[in-house]
Amino acid sequence: MKLRLNTKRELNGWIFVAPFVIGFILFFLYPLYQSILFSFSELEITPGGFKLHPVGWQNYYKLLFENVKFRQVFVNTMIQTLSDLPLILIFSFFAANLLNQQFRGRFLARVIFFLPVIIGAQTVMQIQSGDFISGMMRSANLAQDAGLFSGLRLEEYLYQMKLPLKFTDYIMTAVNHLPAIINASGIQILIFLAALQSIPSSLYEAAKMEGATAWEYFWKITFPLISPMMLTNIVYTLVDSFTAHDNALVKLIRDTAWSGGGAGYGVSVAMSWFYFASIAFILIIILSVLSRSVFYRE
Amino acid sequence: MAVAARGLRQFKRTVPAMIWPFIRAILVAGICFVIIYPTLTQLSTALKDVEDLFDPSVVWVPKTFTNVNFKRAAAGMNYWIALRNTLMVTVVTSVLQLFSCTYIGYGFARFRFRGRGVLFALVLLTMIVPPELIMVPLFLNFRYFNLFGLLGGTGINMIGSMWPYAFTSLTGTGIRNGLFIYLMRQFFRGMPGELEEAAYVDGAGPIRTYFRVMLPNALPVMLIVFIFSFVWMYNDVFFAQMFMPNADLMSRNMVRLPLVIRYEQGPEATLAHNAAIILYLLPLIVLYAWLQRHFVESVERSGIVG
Repeated sequence: MKLRLNTKRELNGWIFVAPFVIGFILFFLYPLYQSILFSFSELEITPGGFKLHPVGWQNYYKLLFENVKFRQVFVNTMIQTLSDLPLILIFSFFAANLLNQQFRGRFLARVIFFLPVIIGAQTVMQIQSGDFISGMMRSANLAQDAGLFSGLRLEEYLYQMKLPLKFTDYIMTAVNHLPAIINASGIQILIFLAALQSIPSSLYEAAKMEGATAWEYFWKITFPLISPMMLTNIVYTLVDSFTAHDNALVKLIRDTAWSGGGAGYGVSVAMSWFYFASIAFILIIILSVLSRSVFYRE
Repeated sequence: MAVAARGLRQFKRTVPAMIWPFIRAILVAGICFVIIYPTLTQLSTALKDVEDLFDPSVVWVPKTFTNVNFKRAAAGMNYWIALRNTLMVTVVTSVLQLFSCTYIGYGFARFRFRGRGVLFALVLLTMIVPPELIMVPLFLNFRYFNLFGLLGGTGINMIGSMWPYAFTSLTGTGIRNGLFIYLMRQFFRGMPGELEEAAYVDGAGPIRTYFRVMLPNALPVMLIVFIFSFVWMYNDVFFAQMFMPNADLMSRNMVRLPLVIRYEQGPEATLAHNAAIILYLLPLIVLYAWLQRHFVESVERSGIVG
C-alpha cells in the first residue's frame, strides 16, 4: 500500500516535468549530440544538403595551434568576465541595500534601477557601437558637462598616490566600465533585493536586544542569510556574460562558422565546445569552493 | 524590509546623523543618471534637425523640433509591420513559456521522484550552454522535422513559421527558460503546504490542485517571468535569424538598419538611427510603464528567494 502511494506521488511529479523531458531530448540533447559529431568532422555543403567527413581531433588542433585569433580572444574574454564579476556583485549588492532603505522617491529609484533589464538591449548596444558620429558628439558633450565621467583626473590622482600600478589600472578599468557594470546588474539587484526582504524582522529584534551594532548585524545576520543568493548571482553573472551575444569570443565563434563556405563550421563548433568546457570547469570550481561557505537556514 | 531601515536608524545613532541621507541621495541620483543618460541623449538627438546638430548652443533641447527623423527611421525599419509581427510572436511565445515554466517548476518544487536532482541539474545545464553550440543542429532539426524518422520522408519544413518557437516554448527550452523554471521552483518551494493538502483532502487531483489552488497564488512571480520572457523575446535576434529568417521582426530590422540607412549618408543617418532606437524601445517602455508598479511590488512579494 505504501509503495503504491509512493509510486503515485512519483508519477504525479513526472506528469509535471514531462514537457521539459520531451523538450530537453528533442531540442537540446539531440542537437548537442549532433554538434559533438560536427566538431569532429568537416562539413561539406552539397546541393541536396550537407555531408560530414570525419576528421578526428583536427578541428581542435586547428583552433588551438593554427587559428591566429582564438587563443588571444579566449584569454581576453575570460579575464574580462572574471574581473567584471566582483564589480557587478559588489555594485548590485550595494544597490540592493540602497533600494531597501526608506527614503523619499524610493519607488522611482527602483523603477529606474530595474530599467536596464528592460531597455538594456544588446540590439540597441550594437547599433550604438557603430554610430561613430553620435558617439563623438556624446563624448564632446560630456567633456563640456563636467569632469564627472572623464576618468582622466581620477587617474592622475591615483598615479600621484603611488599605489601599485596594477591596482590603479584595475580601479580605472572599473570606473570606465561603470555604465556597463550598472547595466549588467539589473537582475542581480532584483535577486538581492528580494533576498534582503525575506530576512525576518524577528532576527533584527533579537540582535538589538543583544546590543549588536549595525556593523555586526550586517556581518553576522544579513550577510550569511543572503549568501545563497550571492552564489546564485555569481552563477547568473558568469553565465550571462559568457553567453552574451556581444561577447568577443561568441562573435568570433559566429564569424568563424560562416567563413570558408562551410569549411569553418567544424572549427567553430569545436571552439564552442572548448569554450563551454572551460565555462563548466570554472563554474564547477566556484560552486564547489563556495557552496561550503554558504549558509542555509533549513 | 523594515529591518534594514531600522538598522539604518541605529546606524545613524553611531555615525553623524545628517550626512548619510545626503550621500545616499547623491548616489541614487548619480546611478539613475547613468542609467537614463543614453536614452535621454538618443531622444534629444532624435528630435534634432541637422542644423541643431552643429549648433554649439544646442545641448539638450533642439531649437526646431522635427519628426523627420522618426519618419525616416520608421520607413527604414518597416516599423508598423515589424511591430505587428513582433508583438504577435512575442506575446504568443511568452504566454506559452509562462504556462510551461510555471507548470514544470511546480513539478520540481512539490513532488519527490527518482531522478529529480539530475533532471533539475539538466535544467541548469540548458542555461549555461551557449546557444551557438546547438545553433545549426537545431536549425536542421526544424528544417527537416521528423522526430527521429517517425514521420517518414524528409520531414516537415518548419523554418519561417512560428512552430519552432511554439515547440521550444511549450517544452520549457526557449530563451532562458531554465532561469524561469528555476524562479518558479524557488517560489513554489517557499509556499506553505497546507493549501495543497486541503485540496487533496477535498479529493482534487494534482493537476486540478495546481490550476485551482497554486496558480492563483503564483501571480506575482508569473508577472516577473512574463516581463522577462517578453523582453528577451522582443530583443532576440539570434533565434529570429534562425527560425524566421525572412520575416519582418523588430529586433532584426533594428540591427539591419545601418545597412538600410548608411553611415555614409552623413548626419541625417545618425539622427535617424537615434530616432530608430527610441522607436524600438517605445513598446518596451510602454509595457514597463504600464506594469512597473506591479513589477516592483512583485519583487517584494514574490519570495523568489524561497
